[in-house]
Amino acid sequence: MKKALLNFFERIEPDKAKSPLLHTAYDAFFTFAFTPDTVTAKGVHIRDGMDLKRTMVTVVVALQLLYVFGTYNIGNQHFHALGMYTGTFEAIHLKIFYGLVKILPIFVVTHVVGLGVEFYYAAKKGHAVEEGFLVSGALIPLIMPPDIPLWILSVAIIFAVVIGKEAFGGTGMNILNIALLARVFVFFAYPTYISGDEVWIAGIEKVGAGAYAGQEYGGIYGILDSIFGSFGWATFGEGKQAVVDGFTGATPLGLAAKGGWAAVTEHYTVSDMWWGHIPGSIGETSKPLILLGALMLVFTKVADWRIMVSAIVGFVACGLMINGIAPDTFGPETDGIFKFMAVPWYYHFYMGSFFFAMAFMATDPVTGASTATGKWIYGFFIGFIGLIIRILNPAYPEGWMLAILFMNVFAPLIDHYVFEANVNRRAKRQAALAKARGEQ
Amino acid sequence: MKSILNKAVLTLGTLFMAFELSAQNEGASGSTIFIYTLVGIAVILFFGMLINVADNLIGIEAKQNNINVEDGGLALIPGFKHLFGGKVADYTADSPVTILRRGHDILLEGEATGAVKEASGVTRFAVQPPSFRGLQPIPKMTVEVGASVKAGDQIFFDKQMPDVAFVAPVSGEVIELNRGAKRAIAEIVILADKKQEYRSFSQPDIKTADRETIVNFMKESGAWSLLRQRPYNTIPNPEVTPRDIFVSTFDSAPLAPDSAVVVAGQEAAFQAGIDVLARLTDGQVHLGLDGRGDTAPPAVFTQAANASKRYFKGKHPVGNVGVQIHHTAPIGGSDTVWALGVQEVITLGKLFQEGHFDASRVVALTGSELEAPHYVRTYAGANVGELLKGSLKEENVRVISGDVLSGEQKAMNNYLNFYDDQITVIKEGDYFEMFGWLLPLSPRPTISNTFPNFLFPKVKFEGDTNTHGEKRAFVVTNDYEQVMPMDVYPQQIMKSILINDIERMEGLGILELVEEDVALCEFVCVSKQPLQQILREGLETMREQG
Repeated sequence: MKKALLNFFERIEPDKAKSPLLHTAYDAFFTFAFTPDTVTAKGVHIRDGMDLKRTMVTVVVALQLLYVFGTYNIGNQHFHALGMYTGTFEAIHLKIFYGLVKILPIFVVTHVVGLGVEFYYAAKKGHAVEEGFLVSGALIPLIMPPDIPLWILSVAIIFAVVIGKEAFGGTGMNILNIALLARVFVFFAYPTYISGDEVWIAGIEKVGAGAYAGQEYGGIYGILDSIFGSFGWATFGEGKQAVVDGFTGATPLGLAAKGGWAAVTEHYTVSDMWWGHIPGSIGETSKPLILLGALMLVFTKVADWRIMVSAIVGFVACGLMINGIAPDTFGPETDGIFKFMAVPWYYHFYMGSFFFAMAFMATDPVTGASTATGKWIYGFFIGFIGLIIRILNPAYPEGWMLAILFMNVFAPLIDHYVFEANVNRRAKRQAALAKARGEQ
Repeated sequence: MKSILNKAVLTLGTLFMAFELSAQNEGASGSTIFIYTLVGIAVILFFGMLINVADNLIGIEAKQNNINVEDGGLALIPGFKHLFGGKVADYTADSPVTILRRGHDILLEGEATGAVKEASGVTRFAVQPPSFRGLQPIPKMTVEVGASVKAGDQIFFDKQMPDVAFVAPVSGEVIELNRGAKRAIAEIVILADKKQEYRSFSQPDIKTADRETIVNFMKESGAWSLLRQRPYNTIPNPEVTPRDIFVSTFDSAPLAPDSAVVVAGQEAAFQAGIDVLARLTDGQVHLGLDGRGDTAPPAVFTQAANASKRYFKGKHPVGNVGVQIHHTAPIGGSDTVWALGVQEVITLGKLFQEGHFDASRVVALTGSELEAPHYVRTYAGANVGELLKGSLKEENVRVISGDVLSGEQKAMNNYLNFYDDQITVIKEGDYFEMFGWLLPLSPRPTISNTFPNFLFPKVKFEGDTNTHGEKRAFVVTNDYEQVMPMDVYPQQIMKSILINDIERMEGLGILELVEEDVALCEFVCVSKQPLQQILREGLETMREQG
């Protein structure tokens, strides 16, 4: 089979001179199917089995459980808001297929647009397609709200890949995290699609002042319904149901920003928040699965544990600090922000996307600090600044995206001083040795 | 180490006290279980601290009574070092020990075993000027094709150092002069006599002669070519007195020859060589000893006179002299030190004992593609094809003079490099592998835990020359650090070389490195960058700048 496939690839190889773009695409798929037969030239004769493709794919594999859960949770949140199928496994086929209908277009568009840009630049610059977008492409759908319009997604990805990466020279050269750059682009250019209380649950539409209803099912849902109906399973039906009483659509953080921990626990239990049965970006909600992925990255040494640990330390330090300056008692007039400040630091772990950001965004080796010492500092400030932004920022109660992008910019500076320290250490050591010799 | 642990315990303790206080602030609203957990941890830490303090007090008391506490016999709880710092063998008691945690041993099949055999059928030997770094590409020949030479007769000299002779390793007839790129002389081939004849020198006495006499004798007799200078790994400038001289008595590279086999029977010559070296420097001769095994290295190393000794324990590149220099007395600024291998020291010693330039070498023929890997005794610069005659398993192989990390690829009609005492033969990896990056079906050496290798730490690999991926920009940041046991930032040095920032290169310690020191980084490099080549370019730039 291997031989037949090799022959097939040989037969379809396009002419490089005639069509560089086609050849680049061909080369990308060929090296995807086969590790090339190149042998070591000068230098070492034997090479480690690890290459960049495998490194990147390890991250993608670590994200797979989040995709599964995210798909389920899109549907779960949708039906929860309508007060239907509130059990975890009740009508699970509806929830999963509802999620798939939402997530598949996002995933496909992300990859078609992102890889399209990559292939174009690879052909233009005449190098092989690099693997960087494998990880960005897997991360971007997970950090978007489920109802993100696909054209906004496309524009954001083109911006992130072209301005964020290709303008700097391609994979390994970018200063800012590509996935976060795509998200921050949406955040500032189209804020209503990615912030507020109305975007985190899929398929809930505003039908009047303060009144919401579920979307109308039809099209693809109708086809699915006819299949499910033939099995005698629950079906989507017509749609347009009103939401349950007391529906807000807000994430725990959105609630906490207004009313502190008490407001959060009115709507969500701690266990829901921990296991991820809450509205939010697609992949950020399930803490155990994120930690599982993080453990995998740490064990395979693909991501650096130092950044994760120091981000947690920074998070805790900042949480303690903010708890310390928060007022003890609240009157009826107290602003939400003071109640938010008083939320004990350890409850902050349950809300928002800290773990996701820490495990998959902060540990990006290209944009993070590159030295061990630098990683401690870099991670600490991500945790510290991120929590400050989350709590004290009046507009938007989450801060990891901004904190990581901010520290991305500072990472080279941190590294610079670590290298300077190394240079100085060497100079000092030399001076000491010279002095010792002089005295002998 | 212990004091760091104490500090950590103290800091943690204080931090948890702070947690507790903050927990009290918010009264009954918080989760009580969480607070109890914190209190529990604080209590445990408190007792931990108590025990630790008590432990230290006992340690101080023991020190005052001259009781040895290092082996942990007195401790209530084991210290950090005892828990995590691998055990040091007893034989290291009389010399300092350096334990290196970072590094990686690439376990390959085909280790040389058994007694040293005399190499039969090796008739051609070559002096290869490119083996000696720092010479001009076209050296001045002093013999012509057809001339007959004795071992120790001058073959050529370099125009910058006209009084340093490069000599024939064997006696015989000069039969070829092969040129490489730009007409640089690549090989001067000698057809060896059946019975070796040596040019006899009247050697100065090691103990009484003055340094200048010894140096002049070494320049004239070819012994100068045995020395290599750090930084740059070049033939040293005779006018410069080295700060120190370093000899690594073991090689940790994959399949490297065992120096106990090499030195057997040559003990007196080795000691004589050390004695000579001790006369050449104002500093010391440092011997790096092998502290990895359960049994002590040969007595000739551990009991060597006129040298300061230090044990090294760890994984490759622990045997590299550059790493040992870094952990003994690092170089920098205008320092120069010299480095020699064990076999060069023996040749040097013999020259001063007998007055002969005896370039005989024990060479390990290793690698998975050899029928029976073994040791042979031959001379420096032996013909590779003649050494390997009839012992290859198959045709599509890579023959390397040296080890798989920093050796040089050779064709069958090429010659062993002057300083190499090993030939490695491995498979060529010119095959396509289906989804090789995802689901590798054949085992391969790696440091990555994405392969199941960590489950089988003792498995040996065949290894081949496939690159297992394509070259990319530097992306990953924690791979070199895992295998680089020196206080340098390899990736940053490489980047500063690529942008030609000389000041930065020097500041970051390029002068402490030669190719073999970054070879392991190049092996693990996920982006498949040619680090050794980049480093050499940087070193050449530095050398040109003076």
